[in-house]
Amino acid sequence: MNKDFNGIYKEVRIVNKLGLHARSAARIAEIAQNAKSSVWLLKEGHDAVDAKSIIDMLTLACGQGVTVKVGVDSRSDAGVLDEIVKLVECGFGE
Amino acid sequence: MPDSEFPEIRLSGIGTAPGICIGKAYLVDKEGVNIVKKYYIGASAIEEETARFQEAVARAEAELRSIIQETSEELRQHTGILETHIVLLKDRMLYGKVVETIEREKINAEWALKKVVSRLKAMFRKVSDPYFRERAMDIVHVSDRIMRNLSGGANVDIKSIDKRVILIATDLSPAETSQIQLEWIKGFVTDGGGMASHTAIIARTLQIPAILGASNATALIHNDDLIIVDGTSGTVIVHPTEQSLLEYEERKQRFEAHQAMITRASQAVARTADDVTIHIMGNIELPEEVVSVRDNGGNGIGLYRTEFQYLGRTTFPTEEELYDKYKDVVEVMAPRPVTIRTLDINGDKAVAHTRVDDEPNPALGLRGIRYCLKKPDVFKTQLRAILRAAVHGNVRVMFPMISNCPEVIEAKRLLREAAESLEADGLPHNADIAVGIMIEVPSAVIIADLLAEHADFFSFGTNDLIQYSLAIDRTNRHVSHLYNPLHPAILRMIRRVANVTRGSGVDLYMCGEMAGEPLYLPILLGLGFTELSMNPQAIPLIKHAIRAIDMAAAKQCVDDAYRMTEAREIEAMLRNRFGEILADYAYISSKIEG
Repeated sequence: MNKDFNGIYKEVRIVNKLGLHARSAARIAEIAQNAKSSVWLLKEGHDAVDAKSIIDMLTLACGQGVTVKVGVDSRSDAGVLDEIVKLVECGFGE
Repeated sequence: MPDSEFPEIRLSGIGTAPGICIGKAYLVDKEGVNIVKKYYIGASAIEEETARFQEAVARAEAELRSIIQETSEELRQHTGILETHIVLLKDRMLYGKVVETIEREKINAEWALKKVVSRLKAMFRKVSDPYFRERAMDIVHVSDRIMRNLSGGANVDIKSIDKRVILIATDLSPAETSQIQLEWIKGFVTDGGGMASHTAIIARTLQIPAILGASNATALIHNDDLIIVDGTSGTVIVHPTEQSLLEYEERKQRFEAHQAMITRASQAVARTADDVTIHIMGNIELPEEVVSVRDNGGNGIGLYRTEFQYLGRTTFPTEEELYDKYKDVVEVMAPRPVTIRTLDINGDKAVAHTRVDDEPNPALGLRGIRYCLKKPDVFKTQLRAILRAAVHGNVRVMFPMISNCPEVIEAKRLLREAAESLEADGLPHNADIAVGIMIEVPSAVIIADLLAEHADFFSFGTNDLIQYSLAIDRTNRHVSHLYNPLHPAILRMIRRVANVTRGSGVDLYMCGEMAGEPLYLPILLGLGFTELSMNPQAIPLIKHAIRAIDMAAAKQCVDDAYRMTEAREIEAMLRNRFGEILADYAYISSKIEG
């Protein structure tokens, strides 16, 4: 990440049993749509994926126990980031 | 319309069903049976095309919302996946990519959608976790819904072909082949598949020219291209020149004249060149098919499959119902023999109401005689109907899936009991009928000498015998090419049984697909088969081929084949020695009879 990078990210562990499956990814995407900048998800060993795209997130195949980084490209979207992190931490309320 | 714009292209493949057809190509898409219209759009039409796509997505979304709405409260929890589908509809990787593809490649929305989905599917195929890999299906469902809305509700699929076309496909699964309205199909060309594949068998049965294993056919042939298919030589000609068209029209006429000649001769007895008579019988499933057996010159029914009357019902057929059907067939064929195979329920054909639990491996499960011995009441009802029908003509009974002696002994005991109960009921019946067994399980081959004590005849069911012996599921496209009746193991197995029957009084028959293929005929004659049963349509061809074969040459060919180590070598020998006299090829040579 270059110096001009103005974004922020947080690490979060996938705790729900099914992992980052279609429905949970859909909920992340719905929240991410509200961000003005890019929202991304990064899993060790993979390229970052677009958190506004369910399909992109599903290709990461994040099962239970995987830790991912979630980030937004602009600090102005910190609220969106927090909301996503909270959702993941509570296991998508499942 | 030979067009100078397109040069003539010739492709070669395996000619699996003889004959020539000339017509328009109809492409079946690689990823299934749906055909996607593909065309380029002008730069000026991009906006309109994008709007068309957006409308289709909007309609798909509205459909999903109304499905969710119409779902009752208690089932609402199951509609969660549909809500996910609504989000997926607008996913950048799907929606965004399609719009991008329309703009960049200037292609119609259906094509762009198909391209994007294919890429996504490929991406998911690389995911190692099976749960996530399966999620590709959600994308497919969503895109199917958009596709339906794009093409105006009418799914363009294989079922809806309504003009005479030549079908071009990567490969066709049995399920796909069964969906085709075959009367519209002039011919088949596929990239994959071989002589023994399902498509090849269907094509031969229906006498539709077919070329399989013509790699690249789907890449080189476009929808509506004019093509010529020569199923005898295995040649496909795309954009034929005027010259080629003339040449093939003429060949087509010669082929048809040859066919007519074979058909005219089909009622005559089939005697080999050195005067040995071979009985050529028909396989049937429906009583109505006896007509076809008679018309084609069949000497009887070598296999009457009886499962049909048990399918798609909620109760078992009654003895009267079965008796009526059997009697029809027996009467029409009399005095020629009718071989009734007792119920052979298997994986494909399960009686709906008896399917208590799913078997993980139905081919190796409760089917054939195993099922019947477990359900003696069902079995006896059928046996009684058979014994009663035997009054009206020449009936034989045959037990399927025999793998040991006790099965035959027990089945025969139940047959005796059925006869005794008919006697007690005072119903007319005939218990003096030939009782035979199917040789289709490898163990039956090995103990043929023991089984011979209990049977009047053996009839080879080659399809199952080959699948079980070579450990090949013929519907599995990864291994189906390994299915080969000329495998040295199969020849050895048949020969082993043939040797047991020699001089034992047990008759040797074959009713598997192998019997209806002219190429294998010299081997079967050389092994001593006196009766072959096949699809009725194959009877004239086989009879014609028999008349050209000499038993001494056939026996020599078995001896030589026995020393060969691979199927390919045996096939080459057969084509080399008998190619000219096997009916498929006869019309090409100048020596046309009739």
